[in-house]
Amino acid sequence: MQPDSDQPLLRMRGVGKSFFGVRVLDDVDLDLHPGQVHALVGENGAGKSTLMKIASGVYQPDSGSLELSGRPVTLPDPRAAQTAGIGIIHQEFNLLPERTVAENVFLGREPMRRGLVDRRAMQARTAELLAGIGEAAIAPQTRVGRLSVAQQQVVEIVKALALDARVLIMDEPTASLAEHEVELLYALVRRLQQRGIGILYVSHRLTEVFDLSGRITVLKDGRRVTTLDTAEATADTLVRHMVGRELSHYFPERAVPGSAGASRLQLSAAGNGRLRPVDLELRSGEVLGVGGLQGSGRSALARAVFGIDGFRTGQLLLDGVPVRVRSPRQAVRAGIAYVTEDRKGEGLVLSQSVLDNALLAQRAVNPRWFARNARTTTVRELLDAVEVHAAGTDQEIRYLSGGNQQKVILARWLAMKPRVLLFDEPTRGIDVGAKAAIHDLIRKLAADGAAVLMISSELPELIGMSDRIVVMRDGAIAGELPAGSSEEAVMSLATGAATSTEAPE
Amino acid sequence: MSTDTLRTRLRLPQLDATNGVWPALALALIVGGSLVAIDGGSLFTESSMISLLQRAAGLGIVAVGQTIAILAGSLDLSVAYVISLTSLVAAETMAGSDGMVLPAILAVLAVSAAIGLLNGLLITKLRINAFIATLGVGLLVKGYLEQGYAGPAGSVPTSFQHLGYDRVGPVPLSFLLFAAVAAAVWFTLRSTRYGHHLIATGGDLDVARLSGVRTDRVLIRTHVICSLCAGIAGLYLASRLGAGAPRVGAEGGYDLESIAAVVLGGTVLAGGRGGVTGTVGGVLLLAVIDGVFNQLEVDSFFKQMVRGVVIVAAVAVYALRLRRTSDRRKAAVA
Ligand SMILES: Nc1ncnc2c1ncn2[C@@H]1O[C@H](COP(=O)(O)OP(=O)(O)OP(=O)(O)O)[C@@H](O)[C@H]1O
Ligand SMILES: [Mg+2]
Repeated sequence: MQPDSDQPLLRMRGVGKSFFGVRVLDDVDLDLHPGQVHALVGENGAGKSTLMKIASGVYQPDSGSLELSGRPVTLPDPRAAQTAGIGIIHQEFNLLPERTVAENVFLGREPMRRGLVDRRAMQARTAELLAGIGEAAIAPQTRVGRLSVAQQQVVEIVKALALDARVLIMDEPTASLAEHEVELLYALVRRLQQRGIGILYVSHRLTEVFDLSGRITVLKDGRRVTTLDTAEATADTLVRHMVGRELSHYFPERAVPGSAGASRLQLSAAGNGRLRPVDLELRSGEVLGVGGLQGSGRSALARAVFGIDGFRTGQLLLDGVPVRVRSPRQAVRAGIAYVTEDRKGEGLVLSQSVLDNALLAQRAVNPRWFARNARTTTVRELLDAVEVHAAGTDQEIRYLSGGNQQKVILARWLAMKPRVLLFDEPTRGIDVGAKAAIHDLIRKLAADGAAVLMISSELPELIGMSDRIVVMRDGAIAGELPAGSSEEAVMSLATGAATSTEAPE
Repeated sequence: MSTDTLRTRLRLPQLDATNGVWPALALALIVGGSLVAIDGGSLFTESSMISLLQRAAGLGIVAVGQTIAILAGSLDLSVAYVISLTSLVAAETMAGSDGMVLPAILAVLAVSAAIGLLNGLLITKLRINAFIATLGVGLLVKGYLEQGYAGPAGSVPTSFQHLGYDRVGPVPLSFLLFAAVAAAVWFTLRSTRYGHHLIATGGDLDVARLSGVRTDRVLIRTHVICSLCAGIAGLYLASRLGAGAPRVGAEGGYDLESIAAVVLGGTVLAGGRGGVTGTVGGVLLLAVIDGVFNQLEVDSFFKQMVRGVVIVAAVAVYALRLRRTSDRRKAAVA
């Protein structure tokens, strides 16, 4: 039976889902056609991931139905969805770091020969799949834990492709990718599209939505607000549908030039195994943006300042006083906060409540019982300020949507009233509305006298937020740019096309 | 994605925690051997080597089963009581007659598989923590044993005692049995679907489940196999003792001792990383330490202390290495 192209590959009708009595999805319809990229957008906690998990057999809908090429199906478990040809790349990483690329790609569907796993075939097919998407540099027998985040994302994609999926679901596939890697993903998506695969694409980056998709569905609070052709949509209408109101401003006002206060953090010739000696000054009241490619040492810099992999050489001055930060605990006590990039691995205690997670840092360095009430009030206020959507502050954080988890981490560090804030990709996976709120918050923190260092792979954010931008390359600072520099200037420093501080205009 | 970063990553030396146990074993042989020599004995005579290998065999078979339970992210604390129970099942079914050897073996396998099944069902279907579930089942068996038996019972025919006492060249038959069990499990982990799924389940239950692995089945199967290994050890002990003994498992400390051997072998207690070869090393290491102390005739309190120190030191070394590798991995990503 050849599906004609009017027949949707995947049709979801009236899908509803509640968790513990809280309605997360309500009467959602969605059609996906062969060769179509259908984007799904909405605020954090709108229910995008939940809908995708229903389409891939992870959750069972409470109501509604699924059809594949016109035939009604039920998907009792992920395996059933795989057999039916539905592949998914989850928002959270879904790989085993201790296993090889090939073992991960074929997990659950290992090729067999005479009753045994055919390792050779497994590696050969993995190599083929990798080559097929132009990633032959990744060896099938490498342990996944040794790959970079971006390479791991490639493995995730290959894992979904290995199914021969007709429907491929991508839940924020670019959240961990740097800008130039996103290009590779684009090419990949287009190639899959040509093979007639239907792609459901979840993203908070509207540029991607406009670049890739043919149709867009907007979810808000678990309901479908609208579905429209991408050609008919504009960024403004989308945002209005998502947020339910007009969102006019983009980035908050920068600090007045020359208004930056005293030096808060100063590095002179500070280096370690991964950083060549770095000179850097961070002043109170300013937001210093740090750009660069994945692996250029941006995160290593933040980790060094925060004492995770501390500096071995050179000097670190805090408010003019030389200090040695040898552990995160010392860093926190010294008034440094670090909002990490890897929120699941390093940022959260998944089985604890929202409130516990938000209070984690404070409790760790300051385990006094009496200030308890005062402390929870400020944290609660902060959780409101960053617009965390949760059933309550005592909900286990693992059940929060990805974006909302990120906001809890933010609240945690803001509650510490730090002098120096290190943000590593602060708005990754965060919806447009909350993103603006976080940008405002960052700016306000700076205005209140904190010094902010912000790493961002998203160039508009880096340029829009920063009072100064330093660009890193190969573990060293490649150059510094003034506020409002062009994206080209940043990229040419990051890639080494320009090597001096006088970047081309 | 860039080939540059990949290349730098490949240059990092491969660090595998399971390697550590072999140098430790060599060290134990050298140091222990010298101490015994100073004392006027020898660790390397044929008779002491044989008793060393024999000691290793019983614990080894149990530890191999324990390895896969731990690899799968679980644990089995009931093995000691399963050993006692199955030694009795074997000896009482055989009741000294040659013709009953095979039925007895089948009965032992059936009983131990049933207990493993119970463990697995409690853990997966009722979602009871493995520690509690297997401890509970173990205590259940213990209760039955204490109520029904005051001392050794049943007897095994001479033909079956060959398992406990025969040798092939210098190697005890029981040690070959251990080697065979270890090899079978090693091969299973390496080359069967179930083996791959087991390691995935222990590595990350959610990832395995979302990838289409039926994690419940994997865990149940793992507990059945683990229990079967304990049953085989029970058979071996019955053949050595000539009878079933209601306290042989608990007195031998097979539960904690097997876990210690697994951990010494570099398998991570949280699961998903490690393997059988390491466990073999761990078992041999414990047997060597035992053998040395027996020859030196030190008191058992001191012996236990040294074992404790060795185990804690091993875990500390592994933890340190693990942290280094993962730090490096993170740095590579940064
Ligand atoms: N297993 C679960 N148990 C309880 N609540 C859940 C569970 N999974 C999701 N939720 C809740 O359902 C709502 C929708 O979550 P979902 O992950 O689908 O959002 P999302 O649209 O993907 O958001 P984001 O953009 O942040 O990824 C959230 O309020 C979340 O807390
Ligand atoms: Mg989501």
